[in-house]
Amino acid sequence: MGFGRVVPEPEGEYFHADWERRALALTLAIAAAGRWNIDMSRHARESLPPAEYLGSSYYAIWVKGLERLLVAAGLVGADELEQRRVLRPGEPVRAWTADDAAAAMAAVVPYDRPVDTPARFAAGDAVRTRVLHPTGHTRLPRYARGKAGVVERVHGAHVLPDARAHGPDERPQWLYTVRFTGRELWGDAAAPDLGVTIEAWEGYLDPA
Amino acid sequence: MAEDMAERVEALESILVEKGYVRPDALEEIIATYEQDVGPRNGARVVARSWTDPAYRDRLLSDATAAIAELGYGGRQGEHMVALENTPDEHHVVVCTLCSCYPWPVLGLPPTWYKSPAYRSRVVLDPRSVLADFGVTLPEGTRITVHDSTAEVRYLVVPMRPAGTEDLDEEALAALVTRDAMIGTALL
Repeated sequence: MGFGRVVPEPEGEYFHADWERRALALTLAIAAAGRWNIDMSRHARESLPPAEYLGSSYYAIWVKGLERLLVAAGLVGADELEQRRVLRPGEPVRAWTADDAAAAMAAVVPYDRPVDTPARFAAGDAVRTRVLHPTGHTRLPRYARGKAGVVERVHGAHVLPDARAHGPDERPQWLYTVRFTGRELWGDAAAPDLGVTIEAWEGYLDPA
Repeated sequence: MAEDMAERVEALESILVEKGYVRPDALEEIIATYEQDVGPRNGARVVARSWTDPAYRDRLLSDATAAIAELGYGGRQGEHMVALENTPDEHHVVVCTLCSCYPWPVLGLPPTWYKSPAYRSRVVLDPRSVLADFGVTLPEGTRITVHDSTAEVRYLVVPMRPAGTEDLDEEALAALVTRDAMIGTALL
């Protein structure tokens, strides 16, 4: 069905080629420059043309996303990527030492923020996800749009990826875990005892 | 394709290093961190502690981020942890259908299958068929809940403690806990 079977993999096998190691390390290390955030990174990958996204391996998507971010931020020219060499000096940005990198990987940088508004929903409340089709970034999966569910957990207000993927404004909103039945999401194709949860920001939800 | 990516990434790295944006020692540090230091043995210790210490189990289920930090684990992609305890009634499976969100401080980097379109698209619709790909069949009467990590909340599945392990100490118990069991695609 669909993309075929899932292929298990032994523990401890993280990379299947050396360039995958480098792709991971470059993507994490360049964050020190502070020119973009994780939501912008995700959006750069997920907004690749769909056929290219599905036709690329995981770390190839990371590399293509990183190249897009570097060009958009003016840190590397498209001509430099094309010619695979430096044509002009770099911008003055911060670069991590090994110790800086170790500290950054271990740092806890939470995504919750204080807000003045009380949570609109509480655990147990019936909600319905909105039917949203934004042109920009979102974290509301297509399969869970317009569906009835129940709030299972209230997480506090978290930065809104839909906003933060496009600029510095974090627009924090209350975040909830919402539980759906499989039948609500998939109809009779789902087993009767299947449940699925997602995390949904308040703006994704209406009372049901 | 793979060869092209190797050359493409090598060129990218040399551009970024030459421009002064990244330092080779930082790259090596990051690779060593996730290839050697941070991995599923961390999560296994959390699970073993929750099996042997009821007070710790309670703390893990009420505030997983803090309970995991007690054992010295935390950091990137583990800022908002939730622990999900499997029971005879309910089995938990974790996915990120949108990308590859995964609790790095306790499980390390995700396996390839976790990031694959096959897993991400099918596990939310028909998780039993995905478990079958792992050779796993749930007992009759166990319902499945699939958790799609669509925000910065990260999930750790606490598998059921295998029968006949009453005499094992925490370290021996941790050795029984597999990565896949902490994602929900294996039983112990």
